[in-house]
Amino acid sequence: MKRVQFANPLMPYMLLLPQLVIVAVFFLWPAAEAVRASFYLEDPFGFGATFVGFDNFTDALSSSDYGRTARFTLGFTAVTAFFSLAIALLLAVKADSVIRGASSYRTLLMWVYAIAPPVAGLIGVMLFDQHIGPLSEMARFLGWDMQIGVNYYDTAFAMVVISVWKQVPINFIFFLSGLQSVPKSVQEAAAIDCRSGTRRFWTVTFPLLAPTGFFLLIINITYALFDTFGIIDLVLKGEPGNNPVTLVYKVFLDGFRGNDLGGSSAQSVILMILVFVLTVVQFRMIERRVHYN
Amino acid sequence: MAGISLNNVRKTYAGGVSAVKGVSLDIEDGEFIVLVGPSGCGKSTLLRMVAGLETITDGEVTIGDRVVNKIEPADRDIAMVFQNYALYPHMSVYNNLAYGLKNRGIGKAEIDRRVREAARILEIADYLDRKPRALSGGQRQRVAMGRAIVREPAAFLFDEPLSNLDAKLRVQMRIEIKKLQKSLGTTSLYVTHDQLEAMTLADRLVVLNGGQVEQIGTPIDVYENPASTFVASFIGSPAMNLMEIERSGEGWALSRGEGLSLTCSLNETSAILGLRPEDLHIIEGDGAINDPLMLSVVVTAVEPVGAESYVHATLGETGQEIIVRAPGKQHFEVGSVLKVAAKKEKLHFFSSETGKAIALEGNLQPA
Amino acid sequence: MKREHIFDHLILIIGALFMIVPVVVAFMTSTHDAVSIYKNGLQLTWGGHFEETYRAVLTEAGGFTKSVTGLTMLQNSLILGLGFAIGKIVISMLAAYAIVYFRFPLGTFFFWIIFSTLLLPLEVRILPSYEIVQGLGMMNSYSGLIVPLIASATGTFYFRQFFKSVPDELVEAARIDGAGPVKFFIDILVPLSKTMIAAIFIIMFVYGWNQYLWPTLITTDETFFTLVRGMKQILQVWIGAQIPDTNQAMALAVLAMLPPVIIVVVFQSWFVKGLVESEK
Repeated sequence: MKRVQFANPLMPYMLLLPQLVIVAVFFLWPAAEAVRASFYLEDPFGFGATFVGFDNFTDALSSSDYGRTARFTLGFTAVTAFFSLAIALLLAVKADSVIRGASSYRTLLMWVYAIAPPVAGLIGVMLFDQHIGPLSEMARFLGWDMQIGVNYYDTAFAMVVISVWKQVPINFIFFLSGLQSVPKSVQEAAAIDCRSGTRRFWTVTFPLLAPTGFFLLIINITYALFDTFGIIDLVLKGEPGNNPVTLVYKVFLDGFRGNDLGGSSAQSVILMILVFVLTVVQFRMIERRVHYN
Repeated sequence: MAGISLNNVRKTYAGGVSAVKGVSLDIEDGEFIVLVGPSGCGKSTLLRMVAGLETITDGEVTIGDRVVNKIEPADRDIAMVFQNYALYPHMSVYNNLAYGLKNRGIGKAEIDRRVREAARILEIADYLDRKPRALSGGQRQRVAMGRAIVREPAAFLFDEPLSNLDAKLRVQMRIEIKKLQKSLGTTSLYVTHDQLEAMTLADRLVVLNGGQVEQIGTPIDVYENPASTFVASFIGSPAMNLMEIERSGEGWALSRGEGLSLTCSLNETSAILGLRPEDLHIIEGDGAINDPLMLSVVVTAVEPVGAESYVHATLGETGQEIIVRAPGKQHFEVGSVLKVAAKKEKLHFFSSETGKAIALEGNLQPA
Repeated sequence: MKREHIFDHLILIIGALFMIVPVVVAFMTSTHDAVSIYKNGLQLTWGGHFEETYRAVLTEAGGFTKSVTGLTMLQNSLILGLGFAIGKIVISMLAAYAIVYFRFPLGTFFFWIIFSTLLLPLEVRILPSYEIVQGLGMMNSYSGLIVPLIASATGTFYFRQFFKSVPDELVEAARIDGAGPVKFFIDILVPLSKTMIAAIFIIMFVYGWNQYLWPTLITTDETFFTLVRGMKQILQVWIGAQIPDTNQAMALAVLAMLPPVIIVVVFQSWFVKGLVESEK
């Protein structure tokens, strides 16, 4: 911290108090409660709970439904992260290389960041609507009878497209700022050493962008796991049926719709462990990024 | 105005690392003291303890006639100039100068008078409304000085205030600081790692090494009579030539083999011989020598810097390197052999065990 | 212009269209009337019913909701966005100030407590959070909506990073100038943090405004609905309708994105700086 610090006996506690109270009541308590509930079987009618050890976990992990959801989540996360990173990288590289209109492109490509996932979801649902949506009309023209909300894969497709659309801007912002922080002298040195622009990109620029890329990869995984909730909820129109859902959505479904408190909590705890690992990896990335600078 | 005295001041950090290991120093009222030493020698820590920015582990700091160990920095009646100036970036120059005065509850009219007076002295009156980022490095330095002056403190503390300036500006500001300090007569404690800055500014130098005082004295005294090999090699540029010597029969030899013609009576069987580059003179031909020391050296490189040249040479096969300062116009051939000699009063001897200076006993004889 | 540059521009233009067209379609559709949309699908051209559609969604209750108008939802969204951003900035600045500038027992312990919140997003502890807020009687209230969202320490983390980057010498100079902890905070640190505060405010306002899952659970009373929360309601009514008011649905979507989009576009450089810097 600072070389010189204040040594006032009471003040630091008073400064921390509001944050600590909120953290204790709305973070530590519920987190502990989630862990506790994951070991209990709650009576759906509210008549007490029985300790069941790891039963909730084994039940959750062994159910075919959970396996299906986990597989979908994995695929959804991979595809969403890949396309939103790839599209953003392509656009960032182009936006970095053009001189004319660079700032206009930047604005045009980043503003969608501000749109809430469910708003994106609503617009997406309408664009993909079987009756009035131009996208499904286009698909029909190509011979694809798109049925969002009915066909498993069509629904997944819509979820991915909307999620990618919503995520490209933030990746774009980070890639562009990463590209702009590559020293001009390095680019000039590369231009002298290597004639081919494509080769220069893959051998010089891309490795220099790697820290940003790793960092964004984690951000994108977290996004696909959690922040897409609003998109998925809208695409499903509240009727999951046989449609694909992500793990987080399943926690919500089992907990609030299915009233399976223990099972939902066990799934929460599994997700907690997953997020914990991701966050630790992310912090290590950040540390390394600091070292690079 | 007041003197400052340090009485066996120590600083030990929580991890047990000892930064200052017992420093005592009496600074007279109006004196300009420079703390000089390599990085990590504890000079900044010492200054910051006087300022009140570091706690004092042990010992006493007195400003005027008050022991200030437990007194807040703001109440110590000192002002400090920081290396990076530490100007408040969101305040105008005027407010940067006035902020400390406002906090002390000084009246508006008095603040205004003092700020304008300081601005006039430092020639920054035209910039009073500007923010620090709109100023050049030199101007910021002046503002930092101004912030110290307006306080009218008992003492100025300078923490490497010139090291962020370019070479030319540094020389200029050095002279201005000296003039200003003399005209205000304020006791000053100044930290630097630059020996030239230390020499030119100080009334007295305090050379620090490893948290301890190596030597205290006027710049010339420290230069002429370094108390240790550390001071000898730190003060002066190029540094003093140091070579280990051993008694060999009647005379002395370099520890690494080569004989040298030196006659002197020392009690030790070995010692470190110190020779300033400018105290070595080159002997032409076979001229008779009345000096107690003579060396044959092989020229390895020559650095002409205009008025003078620094001749780098080795002593025979030993690899012992020395630097000789020669007049600028003289030409030297790399690989040629030179004879150099030094006068008796220019020889420095240090203990090979402690590195401390050894006083000569008896007389040196011509070789 | 060289040929490869034309190619670059082409890609950028396609990218920009990919981002913009869906929203343009949403907006243009909202200016048509429900029947023609039902007949002809979504629209890319001006429909001329802008005023009546937007007046209806802003001022008339009914349609998608029973008792609230778009204006009320807009107001609720603003309260959520502003309350969240301001609350978060105030609370996290104070906490970060304590963590960076004070030496006190248990300091490191509290630091880890607060930062543990970065490990688990609200989504994974949603059910117990909901039950606790319900138990505290905070359902259908602004405090129940806003305060639990503040529990995550992102703001504290950003401010801690920023405070650490403020040169040490400033607090030293301030102490020599006689400023205590309160004075230093108000006179020096807060003014110094202005840009950072602005950047975090924008990020947090957008984040708060865009909240969905939490408001969906906490607000069952329509008078507390935000626009984003309302999206689901809109959809549920929309899919059940004979001739759905697609124009009004799109109009509400446009309203729900307008304020955050405007803020992000207008304060773009601050926002980007805040986003990129704070992640370091």
